[in-house]
Amino acid sequence: MNAMSQPLWLLLLLPAVGAVCALALGRARPDAAKVVALLTALLQAVVTAYLIAPVFSGSAVRVWQIGAAAAARTPLVVEGLSGSLVALTALLGIVAVLASWKVDLRPGSHFALLLLLQAAVTAVFLANELVLFYVAWEAVLIPMYFLIGVWGHEQRRHAAMKFFLFTFAGSALMLVGILLLVAVPGVLAPEGRGVVAAWQPLVFWLLMAGFAVKVPIWPLHTWLPDAHVEAPTAGSIMLAGVLLKMGGYGMLRWAYPLAPEAAAAAGPLLAALGIIGIVYGALMALAQTDLKRLVAYSSVSHMGFFVLAVSVGTQAAYTAAVLVMVAHGLTSALLFLLVGSLYDRTHTRDMSRFGGLVRTIPLWGGTFVFACLASLGLPGLAGFPGELLTVLEGFGRYGWWMGIVAVGVVLAGVYNLRAIRRVGHGAVSAEWADLPDLALHEKVAVTLLVLSIVAMGIYPTLVAVAASGWAGLLVPAGG
Amino acid sequence: MSLSWPWLVSGGVSIPLEFGIDPLAAVMLAVIGVVTLCVVVFSIGYMKGERGLVRYFGVIALFALAMVMLVTARSLVGLFVGWELVGACSYLLIGFWYEKPSAAEAARKAFIVTRVGDAGLLLGMALLWREAGSLDIATLLGRPESLGSGVLVAATLLLFAGAAGKSAQFPLHTWLPDAMEGPTPVSALIHAATMVAAGVFLVARMWPLFAAAPTTLSVVIAIGAFTALAAATVAMAQSDIKKVLAYSTISQLGFMFAALGAGAWVAALFHLVTHAAFKALLFLSSGSVIHGSGTQDLREMGGLSRKMPVTTVVWVVGGLALAGVPPLAGFFSKDAVIASVLHASPLAGVALVLASVLTGAYVARATRLAFFGEYRGTSHPHESPAVMTGPLLVLAVLAAVLGLAATAFGTFLGAEHEAISIPVAVVSVLAAGLGIAMGWIVWSRDAVAEQYFAPALRRVWEAARTGYGLDTLLDRVVVRPVAAVARLAYGFVDGVAIDGVVEGTASAASGLGGLLARLSNGEIGWYGTLMGLGTVLVIAATIWLAR
Repeated sequence: MNAMSQPLWLLLLLPAVGAVCALALGRARPDAAKVVALLTALLQAVVTAYLIAPVFSGSAVRVWQIGAAAAARTPLVVEGLSGSLVALTALLGIVAVLASWKVDLRPGSHFALLLLLQAAVTAVFLANELVLFYVAWEAVLIPMYFLIGVWGHEQRRHAAMKFFLFTFAGSALMLVGILLLVAVPGVLAPEGRGVVAAWQPLVFWLLMAGFAVKVPIWPLHTWLPDAHVEAPTAGSIMLAGVLLKMGGYGMLRWAYPLAPEAAAAAGPLLAALGIIGIVYGALMALAQTDLKRLVAYSSVSHMGFFVLAVSVGTQAAYTAAVLVMVAHGLTSALLFLLVGSLYDRTHTRDMSRFGGLVRTIPLWGGTFVFACLASLGLPGLAGFPGELLTVLEGFGRYGWWMGIVAVGVVLAGVYNLRAIRRVGHGAVSAEWADLPDLALHEKVAVTLLVLSIVAMGIYPTLVAVAASGWAGLLVPAGG
Repeated sequence: MSLSWPWLVSGGVSIPLEFGIDPLAAVMLAVIGVVTLCVVVFSIGYMKGERGLVRYFGVIALFALAMVMLVTARSLVGLFVGWELVGACSYLLIGFWYEKPSAAEAARKAFIVTRVGDAGLLLGMALLWREAGSLDIATLLGRPESLGSGVLVAATLLLFAGAAGKSAQFPLHTWLPDAMEGPTPVSALIHAATMVAAGVFLVARMWPLFAAAPTTLSVVIAIGAFTALAAATVAMAQSDIKKVLAYSTISQLGFMFAALGAGAWVAALFHLVTHAAFKALLFLSSGSVIHGSGTQDLREMGGLSRKMPVTTVVWVVGGLALAGVPPLAGFFSKDAVIASVLHASPLAGVALVLASVLTGAYVARATRLAFFGEYRGTSHPHESPAVMTGPLLVLAVLAAVLGLAATAFGTFLGAEHEAISIPVAVVSVLAAGLGIAMGWIVWSRDAVAEQYFAPALRRVWEAARTGYGLDTLLDRVVVRPVAAVARLAYGFVDGVAIDGVVEGTASAASGLGGLLARLSNGEIGWYGTLMGLGTVLVIAATIWLAR
């Protein structure tokens, strides 16, 4: 309850002001733009920490009522579910700025867009009204489109377009769902009891169209590898780290509580798609020669765990879903940061051209090994608790189908160790014998992520406590 | 003494990590402590001048921590955390010389093959989580009957899959011989004494569940006995001194599993302890040999007893203990194993007796080829420094006298340790003696005495030398098909079927001209159009809402 009175709008205003300053300074003083961006991101992190601290003590779980009168609604709110994701956004905001430290193409605009992206994503997580949520949701597309389309790699136009059209198609359907909710009388039941039974399936699937593309749920994932491969490093970090989580957040924050019966009915279908995503994404990752594409497909696999966890329908499983999201945000951000910094040095992502990088650039190489181990779900690191809990809870509802997930767990080992084998281990490639190791700004970014990954592996309770309050609201009373 | 950490505790889920010491954990802690200490001290000499020593000793320390977590965990989750972490440390240490392609491959293979077993363990945990609602070990072991026999058999078989992967039992053993790419002290610590024994420990830890699942026990005894015998034949035919020891380890772990399958978990555990002592000793001795002679190939050794007297003596002590010669440690533990297995399944018992013959034979062959006869190499062998021979002497004493603790060991674990069965002792000593004599006499003739074998035996020898081609087989039926499926799926399903629809829709739409065609030109103006449309809709909605 106390979270309501806090000035959450600061979290939107800060990056917006920072963006204006970066843009204004960018023309004359490119260096000043990045300093402004970094300071803004740091300040944002401090304010975030201050504002969302109550969430992590489990005290700020707000019972949510969509049917309440418009005047009674607070436009912005933070609760257990969004708390972790807002924190993740603030952390990755810093990392993204550091990752683009060496951008020399119109740095002012670049950093301004990054900060605007951060503001928009934060607004998605804080929005307490569907209309505001939708506006923020679409607003995220704008900076992301330009980040990919202007600062991306060779095929950037095509990738930016594909990203835009794909997600826009999904969110157009979502908009129809939202319009049904806010504009058609009789769709919403009175007294905050969600959508009336007859409308639930339609509303649920319309909303899910937007969310499923973002997550992405198999087979709506094909925009993701293209977008990732072509995006600049900071873009990939934000894309994998927080933009995918918008879809997951949307499911848990809006679709599931609004249409619980339709959501429950969708369980087996979503479970099947999630399980397919886990194995399929892993197989795709296994087939890649492009390192960045490998990481992109591993995201499909990891988010498959999220989809599976959500489909189970217990409080523990919903908690697991949030754990998976946060863990994937940290791990994929680290992997994309590393892959991006390698690309900056070598201008290639072709794994067959690397080898022995643990020897040539030991800091980079050591962190890469760490990141791959985190990605394969090693206990003690971030990914393990969520995926373990997903399998445990998933078995309770779907039984031996978890055997297929176990295959995915093995495959995660295979593709991650293959990446280490090709890139970090093996004979030193003469081509890259003189590569410089991580620079200071990269070291700082890497350190932030590594510490977060270890912390979450050792004490996932922190995230779980915040999430489980919301998770409890999603479980029907007595169920 | 116990320790509790609220690892994953919130509304709707409670998975704390709790650790505590009971007699079983205490036994394992003693093994871990002693062997780790010996290995670390030995490494100071053995790894002198290597690059990456911070990494080396750092990962060994992490390994010891993970191993302690594994054996002291009070829940299966805590055990699994340690279980996976020791696997990761094993991966990092096998790949210590990661620039060498064979080492990098071996590391990867070890992790992935054991992970296949771990996937079984994970499923077993999930099943128990559903059926018992908890993964706390005391809770699970409290009333196994309440789980129902079907669940018990499934759960224990899945746990055993994990155990078989970690403890290199057929058909998940193929990673262990390759793991010899790691530094030899690492082989002694991880791939002989501690981590590979974790599977045996897991079954002993969950014993009441296994005891209530006779079907599982018959699988365990069959796999254990088969592995013990088959691996011993492969050990016979290896020319790399470390490969002999690696297959010997697989074989001895098979002895332990056979004992578990026969219901004699204390005997299995006692063999685990004595094996840890004499196999760590043998591995470290082989390290000393490699250090002194510069080769791992038995055919390039010979006569080392004159140059490396200390190493020779400790090797012989370890070898005789492994062969089961009284009064050394291996005699007592192996005798108990064979006695219990013979009682439970005569067929499996006979397999173990045959394996004992072969054990004596490969020990004698390796000893004869390395330390006696004429020197066949080109280097200048020398004895290792005291920092290396010191730990060897400590382990040699343990390998010699641990057997005397058999009764105390059983009492400590709260079980009756059966008195030595005289007929079984006679049989097993005769078996060992026969094997030793065979190995010694045959390979006294020539370092490659196998070339004089009859053609039929020669073919068997060749098959055994390659591990009966199992690696090639698994490569053909598992590894390559998976890679092919991945590539095919990437090319056709992702590239053509799914993305084809997406891209096809986009280009069809753009073919119609209008908005989409302008979008593909990369112009910026399109966004305004779409966004404007969106805004109109949003405003309309808001107005409607505010009516």
